[in-house]
Amino acid sequence: MSEQQHITLPEGSIERQTQTLNLGPTHPATHGVFQNILEIDGERIVSAESTVGYIHRAFEKIAERRPYYQITPLTDRLNYCSSPINNMGWHLTVEKLLGVQTPKRVDYMRVVIMELARITDHLICNGVVGVDSGAFTGFLYLMKHRETAYEVYEEICGSRLTTNIGRVGGFERNFTPAVFEKLEKFLKEFPLALKEFESLMNRNRIFIERTQGVGAISAERAINYGFTGPNLRAAGVDYDVRVAQPYSSYEDFQFSIPVGTTGDCYDRFLVRNAEMWESLSIIRQALDKIKTLPSDIWHADVPAYYLPEKSDVYTKMEALIYHFKIIMGESDILPGELYNPVEGANGELGFYLISDGGRSPYRLHFRRPCFIYYQAYAELVKGAMLSDAVICMSSLNLIAGELDA
Amino acid sequence: MSLTSDYIKQRLAEKFGESISQVEESFGTLSFAAPKDLNLKVMQFLYDDEELQFRFLTDLTAVHYPERKGEELAVVYHLYNFTQRVRLRLKVYTSVEDPKVFTATKLFESANWMERETYDFFGVEFVGHPNLKRILNVDEMTYFPMRKEFPLEDQSRTDKDDEMFGRGGHIGI
Repeated sequence: MSEQQHITLPEGSIERQTQTLNLGPTHPATHGVFQNILEIDGERIVSAESTVGYIHRAFEKIAERRPYYQITPLTDRLNYCSSPINNMGWHLTVEKLLGVQTPKRVDYMRVVIMELARITDHLICNGVVGVDSGAFTGFLYLMKHRETAYEVYEEICGSRLTTNIGRVGGFERNFTPAVFEKLEKFLKEFPLALKEFESLMNRNRIFIERTQGVGAISAERAINYGFTGPNLRAAGVDYDVRVAQPYSSYEDFQFSIPVGTTGDCYDRFLVRNAEMWESLSIIRQALDKIKTLPSDIWHADVPAYYLPEKSDVYTKMEALIYHFKIIMGESDILPGELYNPVEGANGELGFYLISDGGRSPYRLHFRRPCFIYYQAYAELVKGAMLSDAVICMSSLNLIAGELDA
Repeated sequence: MSLTSDYIKQRLAEKFGESISQVEESFGTLSFAAPKDLNLKVMQFLYDDEELQFRFLTDLTAVHYPERKGEELAVVYHLYNFTQRVRLRLKVYTSVEDPKVFTATKLFESANWMERETYDFFGVEFVGHPNLKRILNVDEMTYFPMRKEFPLEDQSRTDKDDEMFGRGGHIGI
């Protein structure tokens, strides 16, 4: 960023006046419904104010009336680019409250899906950073492979975007052979596309000029602003919930945490790219581990919390009783209070759950990483050009659904 | 040296004595309550101390307990130590009539929006906050919707019998 020359002009002259620009709530550059009121002097941003809340849906209040298994679809709609992580984060929270131990195979199956979700989230984010800097090609190349990943979800749970995947205790059904085939296809084809994407962008002069030094934040400021996930790691802090507080048997996997140094848009981009490679490696490891385990386990043996198979409900008395108890919310839920974080695709997604023993939570609070780090946006873009503000926004991976909850 | 709950408890007891209450550990997280006029002092102590180093505000929210007279609202802080990977839960109780709590924005920039959200939904007034206004709800709103006295469903409905569904009816006041 070169410093703009400022000539001293008399008060009130037209050149001294700043103007206000509304970026959002429905501006195409925001990629979601939130607003930035920018005060600009020519093309330079003097100050910014962010407004959120346009799609607030009161999930925390709704959750106070719903039985636990009905809260999963609410979590879908937080960060909808990686719904499975949210779903499983919620399941892990409830399992922790209930003291449910999941078999290793379930943990590894979850890891496969969560890492797949991380890749789909990161590829959108990095693709969009490219789009916002004028390079549509990379986005198109990567998007093709998100389709394969979505087919995997579809094969497991029947839906693609808002997945509602899995249950408390495991998965609703076993992975079919088609799931493994599609995963193999993804593992074979996606690395080629990612490599192509990296060779398009990483050393691209235009892209580097547009992103390097833009929206930079120091590690101290990032921590103070509550940054987590790739945005914090780009600033040089190696905090990753998967390592700091392992869940779903992440401690069984070998992977590294990519970190940046400057915390600018370019570092965030590189960190996300590197994380996609790590995720691919984790998926491979998990699939290898799954192969060594008995193939008929896909849920924990907790009949009081895990919905029985439909055919059993029609033929077995116990299954019918448990089905009825779970659906009516009559299963015993222990009172307790816990905060359980998972590494979401854009940061630490936390569930603060208070149970008083009732059928629905007494209080459920979602720690949404987007909502917390977006408040740094005004500081990140101050003094930057208008076009930098757009790139900065997309490289933060802001998801409107997660901002508002 | 790893930071154990016992050590944290001991340090807090040395510094604040009897003021620290409700010390408990559940699901591996140490939780305690502090008087509301001490919340900043406690957080500053946890932040500055060379061994404790709780310098990351993970989460800030509130909980409404209508039946606890005089301390209906609990403001809950989750603090985190990056180097030792330890999490702490600090609670500050305040009455619903006078819901004033000192702001943590001086210590953590991240508290800014989280406190606005808490104000928006619970009406906790954070004294000294630079921009305390609603964040997710409309500015014209006159009530605080996450308080328990606001039921989710229309209470005048007669076509639904909630008696068979656990908590229906007797929630809140």
